[in-house]
Amino acid sequence: MLRNDADDISVELQYPMGLLRDPSKADVLSKIHARVKAGWKSGFSESSFRKILYVAGGCVLVLLLAIFLSLVIASFPAIRNFGIRFLASTTWDPIKGDFGALPFLVGTLATSFLALIISVVFSIPISIFLGEYVTRGATSTFIKSMIELLAGIPSVIYGFCGLFLLVPLIRPLEVKLGVTPYGVGIFTASLILAVMVIPYSASIGREVISLVPSDLKEAAHSLGATQFEVIRKVVLPYASSGVFAGILLSLGRALGETMAVTMVIGNSNFIPKTIFSPGNTLASVIANEFTEATGSLYLASLIKLGLVLFIVTTIINILGKLIIRRMGTGA
Amino acid sequence: MKHLGKGLLKTGIIYPLSLIALLAVSVVIGGTGYAKDVELIGAGATFPYPLYSKMFDVYNKDYGVKVNYQAIGSGGGIRQLINKTVDFGGSDAIMSDKDLAEASAPVLHIPTCAGAVVPTYNLTGDPQLRFTPDVIADIFLGKITKWNDPRLSGINPGMKLPNMSITVVHRSDGSGTTFIFSDYLSKVSAEWKEKVGTGPSLNWPAGLGGKGNPGVAGLVKQTPGSIGYVELIYALQNKMPFGMVKNKKGKFIGATLASTSKAADTNLPDDMKVSLTDSDAPEGYPISGFTWILVYKEQDYAEKSEEKAKELVKLLWWMTHEGQKNAEPLEYAPLSRKAVEKAEKLVKSVTYNGKPLMK
Repeated sequence: MLRNDADDISVELQYPMGLLRDPSKADVLSKIHARVKAGWKSGFSESSFRKILYVAGGCVLVLLLAIFLSLVIASFPAIRNFGIRFLASTTWDPIKGDFGALPFLVGTLATSFLALIISVVFSIPISIFLGEYVTRGATSTFIKSMIELLAGIPSVIYGFCGLFLLVPLIRPLEVKLGVTPYGVGIFTASLILAVMVIPYSASIGREVISLVPSDLKEAAHSLGATQFEVIRKVVLPYASSGVFAGILLSLGRALGETMAVTMVIGNSNFIPKTIFSPGNTLASVIANEFTEATGSLYLASLIKLGLVLFIVTTIINILGKLIIRRMGTGA
Repeated sequence: MKHLGKGLLKTGIIYPLSLIALLAVSVVIGGTGYAKDVELIGAGATFPYPLYSKMFDVYNKDYGVKVNYQAIGSGGGIRQLINKTVDFGGSDAIMSDKDLAEASAPVLHIPTCAGAVVPTYNLTGDPQLRFTPDVIADIFLGKITKWNDPRLSGINPGMKLPNMSITVVHRSDGSGTTFIFSDYLSKVSAEWKEKVGTGPSLNWPAGLGGKGNPGVAGLVKQTPGSIGYVELIYALQNKMPFGMVKNKKGKFIGATLASTSKAADTNLPDDMKVSLTDSDAPEGYPISGFTWILVYKEQDYAEKSEEKAKELVKLLWWMTHEGQKNAEPLEYAPLSRKAVEKAEKLVKSVTYNGKPLMK
């Protein structure tokens, strides 16, 4: 068995007095000194760094819990009054004091998922294009910056563009299709949302696709696969969980978007019958009515809408993570 | 420990940290500094905001007192007054019994001007339409759905109304304009009163919502075949057509400053908590309303100084007297002689520690 420094030192450490008195053990002693000095320095900053990280992570958890608790406490009059039938009721009557979240819940889910479907049609091809075909150079940088710029535009600007540019275009389309030409509605709101959330899934998708190991792709090429087949059979399956995580991020953004949606959705407190009907979303109602809400039940009901949105977002995120994990192990 | 400290210094974090510390110290010092000028804070209705904005600017130039008004809506103004975060609130809606109970102290409603709510619409050719109370109610209830409905063409003889669906546009946020409009509809339609009621935020049976008067005006302007309700000023400034409405005495009246003032020239109660809708005045426009400044009768609360309370009372007196000349150029109806008399009594009843502040 090979003896090493560690063994020497540990044996000698058991008999420190003997070590100090024995001059022949001077080299072991100096090794111990060096070790202790190094261990002391790295040990201290190691543990304090770890502590800082734990504290930071803990702060996030505490903050999340605090948000949830404050929503529950503030919406307590509404919880006590309506309970679970809040989610099934379609009335929103501030005069009579009867509130229900169903039209807004349907509106939020409808616009978010429709926006997601529309955005995915653009963001996945964009990520493949930037991750596989045009990966470096001026064109690539330019397109990447433009997409990131999309994410930086304030949502109010999107709302204005929707109201003044998109709505007048949607109206003749609705006339042609024979529906009431409101111009505003679920469809218009979903289009605006789709444009807003493209950058989130496109950027993450591009990153993940470009990280696919090149030896996997080269192996497929050497077996005679075309680029399209490589993308379909090697790159996308490998990157699927990452791409899906990007899509989940987009969905989270779409669920909570307020200003752009409230300008183009029509603010009609009814469950939308068709894709072109006006509707309303949870975030839009809160933004519109919060500053004016007098009466504690009205206010508590608006905060309860916020609680519903919080819970819905959490559930969708958990489901998404489960799907990602399933995709990760399955692939 | 020494290593940690030296490491921090090396990263240069000390510079931004000291900057933040300096900023914090200056904020604390500045915040507790003694302010010589009295500043009054108000919040509330968006309808009179252009007028108040001009009034407070003129008042500041003439008297040096700064008045800060945030147009967050009537409901917001009432809420801030109840929370005692503002010196006065602005509202087109009379405070409900529930709100008064929450305020737990008497609140005075001091009128500052009157306004009109008009039904504005988008039809090719901008025809001048006439409406009767029941027709307006049924349009907004969603019962009359086409422009060429016989009830509409009946009261508009000689007008060719198109075979288009009526798209109703209402407010998506809480508003005093909605309060005045729904107050009128509740008086003229029993079905409206039962189904929807009166208030700044309603359970609208039909239609799209726009945010603020500008939102409704914008939607109506863009959507052919739509009808909405806005304050007179917005229809005039956006050059949108609005209908004449049949008043209680059977005359079709178009909203003007004169007809709004005439509607206000009725029996006014002492507390001025009066609705001007469906007024008895023969030449009065039926969908009119006052806008009020809400103040607590007893001003000794939330550690307010007597000096500040005196300034508030002086401001209220000025707004109901000299300030009124700012109303007409901005298309607001000034208070009538009777209304000013009632307002004077109300302002004189504001007390500090039980003593009236103005004799």
